[in-house]
Amino acid sequence: METLLTVFFNVEIMKKVWPFLLQGLGMTVVLSLVVIPLGLAGGLGIAILSSLQRRWLNRVLIVYVDFFRAFPPLVLLIFIYFGFPFLQIDLPKFAAVALGFFLNTSSYFGEIFRAGFESIPRGQLEAARSTGLTRWQALVSVVIPQATRNVLPDLISNTLEVIKLTSLASVVALPELLNNARQAQALTYNATPVVLAALMYLLLLWPIVRLLSRLEHKSIALH
Amino acid sequence: MKQDLPPILELKGLVKSFGALQVLKGIDFSVQPGELAFIIGPSGSGKSTLLRCCNRLEEPDGGSVTVDGIDITAPGVDINRLRQKIGMVFQSFNLYPHMTALGNVTLALRKVQGMDKATADAKGRAALERVGLTDKADAYPNQLSGGQQQRVGIARSLALEPLIVLFDEPTSALDPELVGGVLKVMRELRESGMTMVVVSHEMAFARAAADRVVFMDQGQIVEQGPPEEVFGNPKHARLREFLATLADRH
Repeated sequence: METLLTVFFNVEIMKKVWPFLLQGLGMTVVLSLVVIPLGLAGGLGIAILSSLQRRWLNRVLIVYVDFFRAFPPLVLLIFIYFGFPFLQIDLPKFAAVALGFFLNTSSYFGEIFRAGFESIPRGQLEAARSTGLTRWQALVSVVIPQATRNVLPDLISNTLEVIKLTSLASVVALPELLNNARQAQALTYNATPVVLAALMYLLLLWPIVRLLSRLEHKSIALH
Repeated sequence: MKQDLPPILELKGLVKSFGALQVLKGIDFSVQPGELAFIIGPSGSGKSTLLRCCNRLEEPDGGSVTVDGIDITAPGVDINRLRQKIGMVFQSFNLYPHMTALGNVTLALRKVQGMDKATADAKGRAALERVGLTDKADAYPNQLSGGQQQRVGIARSLALEPLIVLFDEPTSALDPELVGGVLKVMRELRESGMTMVVVSHEMAFARAAADRVVFMDQGQIVEQGPPEEVFGNPKHARLREFLATLADRH
């Protein structure tokens, strides 16, 4: 019991590594705040483009979405970070990580938005077009608001996954939460920093999980 | 109805196919200002497709559609501007469920005509008043009965002050007791001089309110004339058969 406390819940070490881990948490939050809006925008863009129903464009989109959903994000990250310099492309570490996560995340959000678009009856678009709205105006005012509402639980659920995904950035030593925790673990020969990091992840994610389950109950009640 | 004026709507040689199936086989049809033309025919006869070609929700494969003297199928034509003058009322209402009745009625006023909210709202409320729903302006579609929803649908097209309103089976999705309210609004609209093309199975309404009844079958206009003639003295065998099946049903 004594050993368990010293190795995993060492208060002295917690005090010492706390600021360093908080820095890491900051980076995790910043990375999430960059990747999630970009991923949402990219996903919405994919759904809008595929709603145009151009054959060649749809093929390109299907290849994009299939490829980046099937490609393991960790491998993708390693490819971009270690592979790009060989192609004479020099990306800052943060940009490389953000790009990798964007490619992965936008393809997932794209599928979610596409399902949302498909849940809207054709008559909605027709009604809007019959009153003179352009295709774009009808999308913005009629289709997207309804589609987003229909897939909101999935969007939030995927957002949750993206925040957890950011811990992969530790592999290329981006100083986010898990990276800093692992460093602190190595320096202190003690697992306490990782436990502390786990607690921070929980605190960050738990409100989102709560929100999600409330929304899901609400949508079950509606149906 | 004004016979001496040029027609509001004129179709010439209208052709439309879905794949190998030719749905419209060269339709010639025109509607005078203030006229109520009532289209009947068996399902699959092309009635709805005809109507949907009139505002290019379906693209015709051939022929022309002229509205108020403008060929709306001509290349380079601003269809979004013209559609504001061609109202359409749908079988399944197609109200926007995330907007109030007033929001539904004013969307195009705000987005297409660029009206400020106060002006659009005033116009929207006036349109809702015409269909007897002043008190439902702030209700969402799911808080309205089917009949009320359809009346909002009518108000949505009226708010744009159209030259003509197309009705695509406006009462087919309604419970029988709600049909009357919608037909009453259509009757009032007709009396106010609105030009209307109605696809429907409400034969009693056609007898009472239509200027002309048009019978379509297999993608063609088979017979047309004043309701008393079409119903009272049908000339074509197919029309007689169609009317007989309707009589059997009732």
